[in-house]
Amino acid sequence: MNFFEFAWSISPKLLAGSLTSLELTALAISIGFILGIPLSLGRVYGNKIIYTVTTIYIEAFRGTPILTQLFILYFGLPSIGIMFSPFTAAVIGLGLNSAAYQAEFFRGAIQAVKGGQMVAARSIGMSKIKAIRYIILPQMFRLVIPSWSNELILLLKASSIAYMIQVSELVSVGRQIASRNFRTFEVFLVIAFIYFVIVEILNRILHSVEKKIKIPGL
Amino acid sequence: MGTLISIELALAFLGFGFVVGLPLAVGEVYGNKFVKNLAVLPIVEFFRSIPALVLLFLFYFGASYLNLNFSPFIAALLAMGFRSAAYQSQVFRGAILSIDVGQMQAARSIGMSRFKAIRYIILPQALRISIPGWSNEYAMVLKDTSLVYALGITELMRQGRYIVARTFGNAILVYVICALIYFVIVHFGVKLLDFLEKKYRIPGYEIKKVTTRA
Amino acid sequence: MTQIILKVENLHKSYGKTEVIKGVSFEVKKRETKVIIGPSGTGKSTLLRCINQLDPLDKGQVWLEDVEITKPPIDINQVRASIGFVFQSFNLFTHLTALDNVRIGPMRVKGMKEEEATKIAVEEFKRVGLGDKIHHYPAQLSGGQQQRVSIARALAMSPKLILFDEPTSALDPELIGEVLEVMINLAKEGTTMIVVTHEMGFARSVANDIIFMDNGIILEEGPPGEIFKNPKHKRTAKFFSKIT
Repeated sequence: MNFFEFAWSISPKLLAGSLTSLELTALAISIGFILGIPLSLGRVYGNKIIYTVTTIYIEAFRGTPILTQLFILYFGLPSIGIMFSPFTAAVIGLGLNSAAYQAEFFRGAIQAVKGGQMVAARSIGMSKIKAIRYIILPQMFRLVIPSWSNELILLLKASSIAYMIQVSELVSVGRQIASRNFRTFEVFLVIAFIYFVIVEILNRILHSVEKKIKIPGL
Repeated sequence: MGTLISIELALAFLGFGFVVGLPLAVGEVYGNKFVKNLAVLPIVEFFRSIPALVLLFLFYFGASYLNLNFSPFIAALLAMGFRSAAYQSQVFRGAILSIDVGQMQAARSIGMSRFKAIRYIILPQALRISIPGWSNEYAMVLKDTSLVYALGITELMRQGRYIVARTFGNAILVYVICALIYFVIVHFGVKLLDFLEKKYRIPGYEIKKVTTRA
Repeated sequence: MTQIILKVENLHKSYGKTEVIKGVSFEVKKRETKVIIGPSGTGKSTLLRCINQLDPLDKGQVWLEDVEITKPPIDINQVRASIGFVFQSFNLFTHLTALDNVRIGPMRVKGMKEEEATKIAVEEFKRVGLGDKIHHYPAQLSGGQQQRVSIARALAMSPKLILFDEPTSALDPELIGEVLEVMINLAKEGTTMIVVTHEMGFARSVANDIIFMDNGIILEEGPPGEIFKNPKHKRTAKFFSKIT
C-alpha cells in the first residue's frame, strides 16, 4: 500500500481516537472553567487566606509538567488507596491544570474591566456579589475569549499526553496501529495532519465567534 | 541525575530554538513575501499546531523511515528545538514589531544598511523587550522535557519511574517530589530572568510587560 | 564659482492614487540655508524623505554634487552617510546613551575606531551645547536636548548637507529656542542645510533662500526679503496673513 491508501485505511480507527481526544478536551476545559472562575474571583476579591490558597494552587499547577500531574493521579494515588481509570485520571488532571491557567486569564480580564465599573455598580446599591455577577463578569467573558480559545487549542494538544497513562486517545490508537504494521512514521504523519486540521478548524470557528460577540467600540 | 539531564535538555532545546527562532522572526518581519509565506509561516504553523508528543514521535520514527540513525536525544533535540524556535520566533516578532518605526528610519538615515540597522539598533532593543515572553517559553520548555520520557530518554520522570519500580515504594511520594523539583527549577529560572530584565532595562524607558501563557 | 551640492529635477511622488509631489525642481548651493515653508500636508516632509530615499520617489532625478543618486547602481547607504537627516520626532536610539547615539554612525557605518569616533562625537556635542549629558539615555533627556543630540548625530557623519524635517514641531514652546539657536549657529558656520519648518522667524532671519510649497508644487522661490514683502502669488500672501 502506498502512503495515501494506507492513510485512508487507518483513518476510521484514528478518527475514533480523535473523538476520545476531543471528549477529553471538552470535559477538561469545562472543569477548568467551572473551577477557574471561583479561583480567579478568589485571587481578585478574596481575603488573605483565600488569596494564598488559590495562589498556591495556581502556581503548583502552572509550575509543574502535565505529565507529572497525570502520573501523580494515575500512578501515585493508588499507593494511598485511590484508584482512577485512565480516562478519569486524565480528565481530572487536565481539568485541574486547565483551571489554574484559566483562573489566571480570568483574573487578568477582571482587572482589565475598568475600576469605575465596580464603583458605579455599588453606587446604585448593588452588593459586591451582584456587581460581580451582573457587571464585571459579563464584560470579563468577552475580554477573555482570545485567551480562552488559545486554552482550548492547548488542551487539545495536551490531551495527547494522556497517552502516557494509557488513555485510548489519538496518539495511543496510533501506536497500537503502528505496533501491528510497523509503519509508525506514516501513522504519525497522518496523526499530525489530523491535529493540524482540527486545530485550524477550531481556530476559524473561535475567530468568528469572537467577532460576533465583540462589544462595539471596545 | 535525572534532574540534570532534564535541565540539560531544556537548555539544549531553548538554545536551538533561539538560534533558529531569531532568524525566523527577522525573516517574518523584514523578509519579502516569498521568505515569509513559503518558509517562515508554514514552519511556525506546523510546529505550533501539533502536540509536542506527536512531534517527538514524528521525528523519532521519521528517522528510521528515512534510514537515518538518530539517537532519541537527537530526535528530541530536533523536534523540541524546532518547536521552541516556532514559539520563540513569535515572541521575538512581537518585540520587534513593538519598536517604534522611527528607529529603523533613523538608522537608515545615517547610512546603515538594513542588516546593520537590524543588528545594532533593532535587535538590542527587541531582545530586551522579549525577556518576559521568553521566560514563559523557558517554563514551557522545561516542563515539556518530561515528554521525552516517551522516547526512553532518562530524564527526571523516567528516573522517578525507575525509583518507584525498584523500591516498590510510595509512588505518590516519588512523583510529588519530581513535581517539586520541576517547580523549583521553573520558579528560580523565572526569577533569574526577571532579575536580568531589570538589570538590562533601558533607563527611563518603560518596557510593557507582555503576559502570555506559560 | 559656488558649488551646487544638491540638485533636484522634476520630482514626482504619489501615495496610492494621490500625487503629493507634482514635479518639483530646485538647487541648493554650498553653504546655503534653504528653508521650505507652506501649508501642512503639501508634501514638504515627503520631499525631504525622497531626497535621501527614505521614501522612494516615483519620477525625477536627484544629484548630490555631481553624482546622480537616483540612477542605479548606487549604494544608497553611502549616499545617506553623506546626507544628514534630523527627524521631527528625533528618533534617537533608545537603548544607547547619547554618546553612543552619536558614535555609532562613525563607528559602524564608516568603520572608525572607537577613540576617533569618540573624539568626533565629543566635538559635535560641544557644538550643540550638550557636553555634560553625553552619558545619559534619551529617555532621561528633555525634548530639546534629544533633538540637539539628534543634530549631533547627523553632524558626526560629516555630511555634505543636512536635511531638517520640522525639527521643532514636536517640542514644547520653551524648548524650541535652544534647538533653533543650534541651527542658527550651524547656518552661520556655513553648513549647507535644507529646513522644512513653520518657524517664520527663523526663516526670515536665517534663510538664504525660501521655497514656498503648496499642493505639491513650488509656488515661489526667492530670498526672504522678497518673499515676505512682495509675494507674487495670492496663495503665498494668504498663507502669510494666516500665520502672522
